[in-house]
Amino acid sequence: MKGKIWKYGDNVNTDVIYAGKYTYQQLKPEEMAAKALEDLDPAFAKGVKPGDIILAGKNFGCGSSREQAAACLRAAGVQAVVAKSFARIYFRNAINLGLPVIQCEEAADALAAGDEAEIDFAGGRILAKGRVFSFPPLPASVLGILEAGGLIEWTKKKLEKK
Amino acid sequence: MGLTFSEKALGRKAGRPVRAGEVITVSPDYYLSHDNSSAIIGEFKKLGLKKVVAPQKIVIVLDHIVPAADEKYAQNHKTIREFVAEQRIPHFFDIHAGVCHQVFSEASFALPGAVIMGSDSHTTTYGAFGAFSAGIGRTETASLWATDEIWLRVPETLRIEFSGRFPAGVYAKDAILKILGDQGADRANYEAVEFAGPAAGEFSLASRMVLCNMAAEMGAKNGYFEVDDKTLAWLKERAKGPYVVLKSDPDAAYEAVLKYDLSALEPMIACPHSVDNVKPVSAVAGKPFHQALIGTCTNGRLEDLEVAAAILKGRKVHPNIRTLVLPASREVYLAAVRKGLIEIFLEANCVMVNPGCGPCLGAHEGILAPGEIVVGTSNRNFKGRMGGRDSEIYLASPATVAASAIEGKITDPRSYVR
Repeated sequence: MKGKIWKYGDNVNTDVIYAGKYTYQQLKPEEMAAKALEDLDPAFAKGVKPGDIILAGKNFGCGSSREQAAACLRAAGVQAVVAKSFARIYFRNAINLGLPVIQCEEAADALAAGDEAEIDFAGGRILAKGRVFSFPPLPASVLGILEAGGLIEWTKKKLEKK
Repeated sequence: MGLTFSEKALGRKAGRPVRAGEVITVSPDYYLSHDNSSAIIGEFKKLGLKKVVAPQKIVIVLDHIVPAADEKYAQNHKTIREFVAEQRIPHFFDIHAGVCHQVFSEASFALPGAVIMGSDSHTTTYGAFGAFSAGIGRTETASLWATDEIWLRVPETLRIEFSGRFPAGVYAKDAILKILGDQGADRANYEAVEFAGPAAGEFSLASRMVLCNMAAEMGAKNGYFEVDDKTLAWLKERAKGPYVVLKSDPDAAYEAVLKYDLSALEPMIACPHSVDNVKPVSAVAGKPFHQALIGTCTNGRLEDLEVAAAILKGRKVHPNIRTLVLPASREVYLAAVRKGLIEIFLEANCVMVNPGCGPCLGAHEGILAPGEIVVGTSNRNFKGRMGGRDSEIYLASPATVAASAIEGKITDPRSYVR
């Protein structure tokens, strides 16, 4: 699926992705999507379309362990976040909630806001502007969680096997 | 080649020697959650299980919005209390107790060698007691409740060696801010940070908690101080169960070793809107602001309140500065009452706030209006975190905040510290 790129810088933190004042309210996915990136880019929640891609610099998702910072982007229809690097807890949360996270420094540098890109997850490739950007596949154990649709589904299967 | 503390602590749980980079599955000693427990309960229920696997490993502390600020938060707390009763979870701390990391430590769940997971990013704090502790998300915590297992990548270790002694008016907060400013907010991403060196023993346990707490702001998985006489003295009074002291081998492999001389440090301040935008306080001295905040899981312990009270004693805060004091726990609050510190704060026109997290994450009790500026002792200064989108947060030591509150502008505290 092709998606439009929304581009941001380094150290995009969890507070600007999903503000603390909403963190302990239990909102529905569409309500969470409406709050996404509120303090970074108020235009995002209004303009984002299913399949769009977030492109960012290093340390994306630093800060709080709040999972809604991943959930709100998934709810907004974001296909994947492509960044130079991810903060540790954000990386785990994204996998656990079924939001693909891709580390690709080359693409993060080369592509711009508004560019269209297509992601080939199985092949580990991003196709954009006539170029191909490769990224390393996730470790098998981690990929299993993403493929199951997130940690809850994955754990359900594990419990069934027991 | 020897092993690091983190390799030993995780290897002990894995039942075999492990090295940095390996992905392992472990059964932790404890898993902590707070007000987010109601969301965790929601995820847990999706799994279709009636009972949590190990109720004795679950520690729940209500701290983020306490007392409940509105009906939604009240419902969250109610859901949690009902679940705690239904599942017979023995380690539950209601709204009176304080901030989870302080309460967890006081109740001595933070034991040397323990492996602790917490659905809060500042779970790194327990490394101050020689534990391996890391933050995780809510869904992972629900999965732990259901399976008592979690996957972890064994982290590489960044070692930071301290020498020298703190000059007067310079504290652990200044040291970690200096390190953050030099090294950046992602320097230790996915890594363990080991605080060591000849001066490591100089740090009180409360100061060790400051460093391990803010290791999270460097992206660290966990922070760690080696167990010494100070730790053992604390454990002698507090520890209810057995523990194992694990130390890095002298020939352990480190990703890097950094050296810092405490004697060369000065008061530091993190400026908006990033924890690594750090300057000497003297470089921003004179900047007016609106609110001061002394407390939180970073700097709300008795020694922090003592430092602030010593500066505020017999003085008043500037009439333009709303000064909030937020002890980290009921135990700290009570000790401060008994020492007469609260009287000093009230005489100085400070506002005492219930132990908890409220203002630090912008939930309640001290929210900023657009354009307002806070100088606080907390750990994060992301844009809009404490209120209005255009509000600004400066982070500093309790001494810097207290001196600045008196002056009504950012102030180097050394003129107030004899």
